[in-house]
Amino acid sequence: MQRRRFHLHAALAAAALLSTPLLQAQTLPAWEQIVAQARGQTVFWNAWAGDEKTNAFIAWVGEQVKAKYGVGVQHVRLKDTAEAVTRVVAEKAAGRDRDGGVDLIWINGPNLLNMKQQGLLLGPVTQVLPNFRYVDTTKKRSNVIDFTTPVDGLAVPWRMAQIVFVYDSARIRNPAAMPRSAPALLDWAKKNPGRLTHPSVSNFLGSTFLKQALIDLAAEAQVLQQPATDANFEAVTAPLWAWYEQLKPLLWRQGRQFPENSAAQRQLLNDGEIDITLSFNPSEAAVSVEAGLLPASVRTVGWSKGTIGNTSFVAIPYNAKNWQGALVVANFLIEPETQARAQDIRQMGNLNVLDPEKLSAAQRRAFEQLADHPALPSTAELGAPRLEPHASWMTRIAAEWQKRYTR
Amino acid sequence: MAEALHALSASAAVPRARPPWALRLAPALTLAAFVLPIVAGLAGTLLPAFGWLPALGGRELGANAWRALGAAPGFATALRLSLFTGWAATVLSLALALGIVAFVHHRPWARRLGEAMAPMLAMPHSALAIGFAFLILPSGWVARALSPGLTGWELPPDVATVGHASGWPLVAALLLKEVPYLVLMTLAALNQVPARAQVTVARSLGYGPVQAWFAVVLPQVYAQIRLPVYAVLAFSLSVVDVALILGPGNPPTLAVLAVRWFGDPDTRWVFPASAAATLLLAVVAASIALWFGAERVLGRWALVLLQRGVRRRRSAWLGGAATAAGAALLAAALASMGAMALWSLAAQWRWPDALPSAWTFANWQRQAGSLWLPALTTLVVAAASTLISLALVVACLEHESRQRVARPSRSLWLLYLPLLVPQVAFLFGLQVLLVRLGADGRLSAVIWAHLVFVLPYLFLSLADPWRAFDERYTRAALALGASRWRAFWRIKLPLLLRPLLLSCAVAFAVSVGQYLPTLFAGAGRVATLTTEAVTLAGGADRRVIGTWALLQAAFPLAVYWLAAATPRWLFRRRKALA
Repeated sequence: MQRRRFHLHAALAAAALLSTPLLQAQTLPAWEQIVAQARGQTVFWNAWAGDEKTNAFIAWVGEQVKAKYGVGVQHVRLKDTAEAVTRVVAEKAAGRDRDGGVDLIWINGPNLLNMKQQGLLLGPVTQVLPNFRYVDTTKKRSNVIDFTTPVDGLAVPWRMAQIVFVYDSARIRNPAAMPRSAPALLDWAKKNPGRLTHPSVSNFLGSTFLKQALIDLAAEAQVLQQPATDANFEAVTAPLWAWYEQLKPLLWRQGRQFPENSAAQRQLLNDGEIDITLSFNPSEAAVSVEAGLLPASVRTVGWSKGTIGNTSFVAIPYNAKNWQGALVVANFLIEPETQARAQDIRQMGNLNVLDPEKLSAAQRRAFEQLADHPALPSTAELGAPRLEPHASWMTRIAAEWQKRYTR
Repeated sequence: MAEALHALSASAAVPRARPPWALRLAPALTLAAFVLPIVAGLAGTLLPAFGWLPALGGRELGANAWRALGAAPGFATALRLSLFTGWAATVLSLALALGIVAFVHHRPWARRLGEAMAPMLAMPHSALAIGFAFLILPSGWVARALSPGLTGWELPPDVATVGHASGWPLVAALLLKEVPYLVLMTLAALNQVPARAQVTVARSLGYGPVQAWFAVVLPQVYAQIRLPVYAVLAFSLSVVDVALILGPGNPPTLAVLAVRWFGDPDTRWVFPASAAATLLLAVVAASIALWFGAERVLGRWALVLLQRGVRRRRSAWLGGAATAAGAALLAAALASMGAMALWSLAAQWRWPDALPSAWTFANWQRQAGSLWLPALTTLVVAAASTLISLALVVACLEHESRQRVARPSRSLWLLYLPLLVPQVAFLFGLQVLLVRLGADGRLSAVIWAHLVFVLPYLFLSLADPWRAFDERYTRAALALGASRWRAFWRIKLPLLLRPLLLSCAVAFAVSVGQYLPTLFAGAGRVATLTTEAVTLAGGADRRVIGTWALLQAAFPLAVYWLAAATPRWLFRRRKALA
């Protein structure tokens, strides 16, 4: 099994070498050596800091790896992941190919694609991580294919996400009245104008909302797995824009203003300004109720035809100063105990990236013991995860939205 | 008599030894400390604006960046928004400030008003903006206090306040800080004009009190508040942190747009970003030129009115209205900080409760772990940049007073340079320079970047009291056999301790409030209370934001009170000093 995956990665890496000439396969030392070299390093983990639970989890990870491996973690709090990418680009521009200031980035989507294409990542790294054997690479496809881009072992999955819609059951009393498709959402908005919104399209969750609608509305979703072209973009997205034209004036603030991100939108739900919010984390509502950020009456559902799911990764820049320490942190993140803690709604509450079948009975029990919560969706309510469309669709949709609605 | 004596002793000065080299070096060093980064940074932003940035593949000079800027969605709106908010904030704050001063200057509590307003200046813009945002939201504190009882709103009304496309909340938040700033600047300038006597004379000629002040006193003081007004104009046109918190998001102001593009994962955006930053520089330069022209035109028009002898006795209510507006601004600022204090202690505070429904200290306890490092960084950076600036500024001023050279007035313009050049216009260039030097992300780089802004403020607030110092005290000490240093340490410093400490408090507050310089020079790795608070303001838990914003505002306030109280305590037995 171990050997076969290695071959898979080697093949992927070779494919990547062919398709992206910038990328150079780097040979990494053996794991024991990496762990030894990592001792005493402080890893600058660049991670979006808009979520307190995640910040606390990162702090906990720092304490753990300090105690276990003597590796410190400094959370570089980002407002936008692109800040870290820009920094690496600036360092490369200034010719600093070693001792870079960014050691580890929480990353996915266009940022990951960008760094991969520009050859800004160390790796492939996943094959050296002992804990990578627990990661689900077959059923949770987004762990190895990020927005249709093969990850090629250049980034380590550490948490999964799936689009869900969160509503206040004190306002929408009948669960059956909660819309679970794009057309149903429009009908609901017609009856409840001003009570729905989505994050700003410059935010990834905002453009994801449009993507989710597109997947739901598109006549043929398969085409979305290929890069968007000038030839097909207009035709494929036509149903989306027709739908959105009707929806926009019915949104909060008549669709003239949007919350900056999902946390800001959650705040709107808590302030009673809207009735429905969306999240990329099925347990976010439950976590938020426990944290006093949402009323206890909120509930979570997916859409009946399924919603987009993706994976968050950590990646190491090619010039990272403390890359050994960064590898140790990445490996710790996919340890079964760490993943179980990450999924605990009292902690971070994120879906794990592991394959239960690869875990021992004891390791599995840690997941089974996790608490249930009224705001957690059942498997049926959540629905199946659907693959992200090719990143070019999101980029183009966001640009098209800006073109249409930014005056 | 005293003046005659002063003149005598001044002209009878003995030629003295050249000052020590450290003092002679001070002016050049000081100038280099803050002019060099600006000039280098401007170059590093201007070149990419015209296509030159080899590291990112820009090897051809041309106008592509400008074409991309022009074609960017929302560019025209962003530019218009910047112009409107910048000009509206400046015109309104100057009008209010002058109205307030005209109305209160002769009243006994005018001095106390100045003292009450001074701490307002210490509050960081972003902390105020965060609090103000919660105040004015449709589901904010004001609406909560009035609902549903007075308004009948069961749900928050679906109207825009924060982020309104016109940008008025941004203008209002700028007023919170700029009105007190200009009032204090005008009150300080009034010290050199016998305003009360002149207004009395004018009133006896039948002019209303406020009109009299505007006609007789303002022309004399305006020259002294001109540069502060330009600084307000430049700042309002290019502010980023307040615009991030309160301004519209789509499109935002030009300055925010530039910062957003500088941070875009697609690095090709660096070119239009540089073009936008350069355009902002041009906008600020043109606005200042236009303002200068308007001063001339208005001055001439006022002269015509005066010559016609128009009397407006009722002008007083305009001053009264301005003062009332000023009081409302003060109340809004206090309420903004009060709201943050409440949030930091709230367990739950949901619409439409006027106050939190449950209280807790848990927010502070939970945040303590993540608060202390940024708090310490804030302290270290602010203290270091203040102390370095203080050493440089005191050396400059001491050199000047020992040389007794005529003050070159052009250096004042140079001092204002960091306050007149938009931050976005040179910080990217500075960051590239710092990366090249291998210094980005170091604490020292952040301290240097703060120095660029701290130093001018410290110089501006210390120069006047320093120059007003009566050198005969020093001379008396020298005549009694003290050395130059002893006279400086034992006589001059204690006498100037009060203005010295207050200037340090101003400098400290300036450092604490810096957002963009910390972000760019710190390469995102140096977190201060301000960068963290602005990051959190993007939508995090208000209870958390409350702790950060409150601590961010508490630091400079505490230092300000310390600076005000220390001389009083030290000299508690020496009435004239305390």
